[in-house]
Amino acid sequence: MSKTSDNPKISSLNDLLAVAYQIEIDAVERYNVLADQMETHNNPELVKIFRDLARAEGIHGEEIRRLAGDFDVENEAHQFARFGRTDSPEEAELGSAHYLMTPWHALQLSLAGEKRALAYFTFIVETTKDPKVKAMAAELVEEEAEHVNLVNRLLRRYPPPRDSWAEDLDPPVSQE
Amino acid sequence: MGASPSISIAIVGSGGAGALTTGNSLLEAASAAGWHGLFTRTLGPQIRGGEAAGLLRLAVHPVDCLPDQFDLIVGIDWLNAHRFGGEIKAGPQTLVISDPRGGEPPPMVTQSGARVVEIPIKEMAKSIKDGRPNMIALGIAGRLLGFSIEQVFVPIAKRLADKGPQAVDASRAGIKAGFDAAADIDFDAQLAPPNPSDTRRWLLSGNEATALGAIRGGVRFAAAYPITPATEILEWLSPSLAKIGGILLQAEDELAAINMVIGSSYGGTPALTATSGPGLSLMIEALGLATAAEIPVVVVDVMRGGPSTGIPTKSEQTDLNIAIYGLHGDAPHLVLAPQSVGDCLFTTQWATYLAESLQAPAIVLSDQFMGQSRAAIKGPADVAFIGARTVATNIAATYKRYALASNGVSPMAIPGAPGGQYTADGLTHSETGTPTSGATDHLAQLDKRRDKLDRFNFGDHWASIEGTGDLALITWGSLTGAAREAAGRAAADGFDVRVIAPRLLAPVQPERLAAALEGVKRILVVEQTHSRQFHRYLRAHYDLPAPVRVFNRPGPLPITAGEIHHAITDWR
Amino acid sequence: MSSVSTRLACKPADYKSDLKPIWCPGCGDYHVLMSFTRAFAQLGLAPEKIAVISGIGCSSRIPAYTNCYGFHGVHGRSLALAAGLKVTRPDLTVVVASGDGDGYSIGGNHFLHACRRNIDITYVVMDNRIYGMTKGQPSPTTEPEFDTALTPGGTGVAPFHPLVVALASGANFIARCFSGEPNETADVLAEAIKHPGFSFIEILSPCVTFRPDEKEWKDQVRPAPVAATNDQGKAARRLMTDDGFNLGVLYRGNRAPFQPAVVGAGDTDLSELEKDFEL
Repeated sequence: MSKTSDNPKISSLNDLLAVAYQIEIDAVERYNVLADQMETHNNPELVKIFRDLARAEGIHGEEIRRLAGDFDVENEAHQFARFGRTDSPEEAELGSAHYLMTPWHALQLSLAGEKRALAYFTFIVETTKDPKVKAMAAELVEEEAEHVNLVNRLLRRYPPPRDSWAEDLDPPVSQE
Repeated sequence: MGASPSISIAIVGSGGAGALTTGNSLLEAASAAGWHGLFTRTLGPQIRGGEAAGLLRLAVHPVDCLPDQFDLIVGIDWLNAHRFGGEIKAGPQTLVISDPRGGEPPPMVTQSGARVVEIPIKEMAKSIKDGRPNMIALGIAGRLLGFSIEQVFVPIAKRLADKGPQAVDASRAGIKAGFDAAADIDFDAQLAPPNPSDTRRWLLSGNEATALGAIRGGVRFAAAYPITPATEILEWLSPSLAKIGGILLQAEDELAAINMVIGSSYGGTPALTATSGPGLSLMIEALGLATAAEIPVVVVDVMRGGPSTGIPTKSEQTDLNIAIYGLHGDAPHLVLAPQSVGDCLFTTQWATYLAESLQAPAIVLSDQFMGQSRAAIKGPADVAFIGARTVATNIAATYKRYALASNGVSPMAIPGAPGGQYTADGLTHSETGTPTSGATDHLAQLDKRRDKLDRFNFGDHWASIEGTGDLALITWGSLTGAAREAAGRAAADGFDVRVIAPRLLAPVQPERLAAALEGVKRILVVEQTHSRQFHRYLRAHYDLPAPVRVFNRPGPLPITAGEIHHAITDWR
Repeated sequence: MSSVSTRLACKPADYKSDLKPIWCPGCGDYHVLMSFTRAFAQLGLAPEKIAVISGIGCSSRIPAYTNCYGFHGVHGRSLALAAGLKVTRPDLTVVVASGDGDGYSIGGNHFLHACRRNIDITYVVMDNRIYGMTKGQPSPTTEPEFDTALTPGGTGVAPFHPLVVALASGANFIARCFSGEPNETADVLAEAIKHPGFSFIEILSPCVTFRPDEKEWKDQVRPAPVAATNDQGKAARRLMTDDGFNLGVLYRGNRAPFQPAVVGAGDTDLSELEKDFEL
């Protein structure tokens, strides 16, 4: 798990905006990778869910861009594309994907990602000395909290799967 | 007895007697004087000190095969010489020089009716400071063949140049002693004078010719794993490639060697490796990869006795099956076969050109006989083909590495070229190279790879076709020389024979062979195999429009012109 | 190698092809692909100047998922393909990808000699301790008690230490990474590519389908307790006592890379060679 001390140093408001933007970009990419995987592996329900999540993250990213105003957040973002030893906070854990995964699983991944992002921005609120950074971070905390709530509401729509959710009666295929 | 167009000498000895050096030196002396010649050797299984016989044929015209019988046999000693069996045939016309202290001549000599003259070679050598028996033998043979002392000494002086004046002097003395000892011996056979119009001659082995042919063809990378009888190709290539900015890399095994060659070629550098039967077996999988991914490579197989470890030091023609049919799947590719020491150069150069032009592997089936024989030949013409690979340039976004083309050859993107990126693959693929298991793509690519070979115009080089007559001799590889000689003898008797020897074994050329066999009433197939691989190949792919007889024998003994002539006359 | 003039000049996305991987969702190799593209972006290399060479197996599918030149060769022979390519084209960056079966079993001999030869290439083995593509047979790194259909009850044969073998055979750079840390892996890969000579990285990459137990790896890996050494003796001891989960660069050697003189271009005069045969 990432040690917060490995996370990028936020020295200014622009840094924070860049980081926040990068987090969204990473999440968009990650959801699209997952959507592609689900498409290749014939799980159309999950394709839709991951594309929707990608779209949602994209919108958040646009929000941040808007908040950034004149500052070219896109250009500055990628220098912050490093989060210690693991992925960027909001990136869904690729290792947890499964070709038979259900919407519940996808939302759990998303929820975990949102919570990590929330924790990250909370940490900034608690530790930063810059009032502008603090204020913006607090706003981002609120955003992420809303996302967490949204995912939780979506989860109510999708029950946890049966124990046999990963059961595939067909054997694996050797391709070579 | 009048002058002879050809004379054959065998020098027999063991345990460091140096019989092979004697034979080689005679070849060099004769070549320098303007004659042609062919030198080969036969050996015992030891690494050093074994029984050895140098077999030499000198002639006015180029010769590609050994004689039916030897005119002169010099036995430095006869230890274990019976192992040579029927390889050193003697007859009533043969003169045998024998050292009385060298053991009993083998039955092939004693029962042949040959004239035996004793000369105490070893004793004579001992009486000279640093004397060597093979120098005595060289003097004896030189005198009998009509050379001067100087003529036979010159090649020796060259060989011993870095061994110091003592060694050189001792050799000269030995040669002179041999010369003197042979002075009073009657020897009728004399070589007719050399043909003065033959300028520019070369002296080289089939393996050296193969290596040079590859370089002439554009090869600049070789991967090497040693195996008898191919190693000399690689050893010649190593310093030679370095001189012209090429590279030879030693591989840990043949599996690595062939893959290195494919890697080099993929990167744009024409590449080759050389091996023998066992090594070719290991390379087969990768040859399939080169076929499927359409990457040019050249593999020389210097065939030896098989199967399995077989007889590494002897020749046979039994890798035909694996060369043509050995790849799993339907994997058409090129198989060529040189016909003589000199032809090793042309055929390897041509094979390189074809591989590059057709983006396919080419297997060159040479053999131990040609590979390890040394011949004085006419200097080979500088043929104009150099590897002509179609390379993709100005690559557009629509580029497809395996695009279907009218001639089946699609331009190859070379790594480094922007926009041409593709993944070469053994998996069945579409035009872009993306793996697929679909029927349409599989068929399209199979058709492409077959058609690119079938539609290519190989021209007249595909076979040598000589003579007229009702009887066609079909053979290949090193037997071509003996077949030609046999046909010559038949013609001298008034019986015309056609000799047809394909140089291109795959892809097959049915129309061309049909034309060559027009009007033929009898077909004699000659091959050095046990299971008649060549005959089966002919039957599988060609119409043989007349009754067929097959004269086949596996190695290790070469099939002689006399034997083929006998088969012809048996069927007149 | 082009320099990174603006930070956005080379993005990982530039190195990905359009082909969607067939790897099972959850496979560690997706992260490895990410590490590849991030490393290439870090180094600012033109995609057409990179060649990714592989053998056969799930991990060996990676070349076609990149936008570089690729070669998907036959089982176990990727290092030989790469050797022939690199010595004749030293201008290319050559990265070899393999799995534990392809690389350590059938490819074992070539592994030894590639380390020994020390040509300037980078060798990445995605180790999932199983033959995944052929449905779950043990590999040379599988635990002896791991039960499979082919070897019920386990092989009973100890796995070997590929990193120790690499060191003993002469590899010039040895590292271990975990696919679940794609940024760290990308950094190590970039360094490996820059490091002259034969660089070897073992990437622990879990197989979600046949080794679901490897999900635990993310909790078992750790950065190596001590920084890399360039002392072979020290490295040998550390690697032999390593439990298989120490991550990072573990050894950096300074052997000069093997690169024979480069192939010349154009027509060359062969008369030098031919005069040896002239009479």
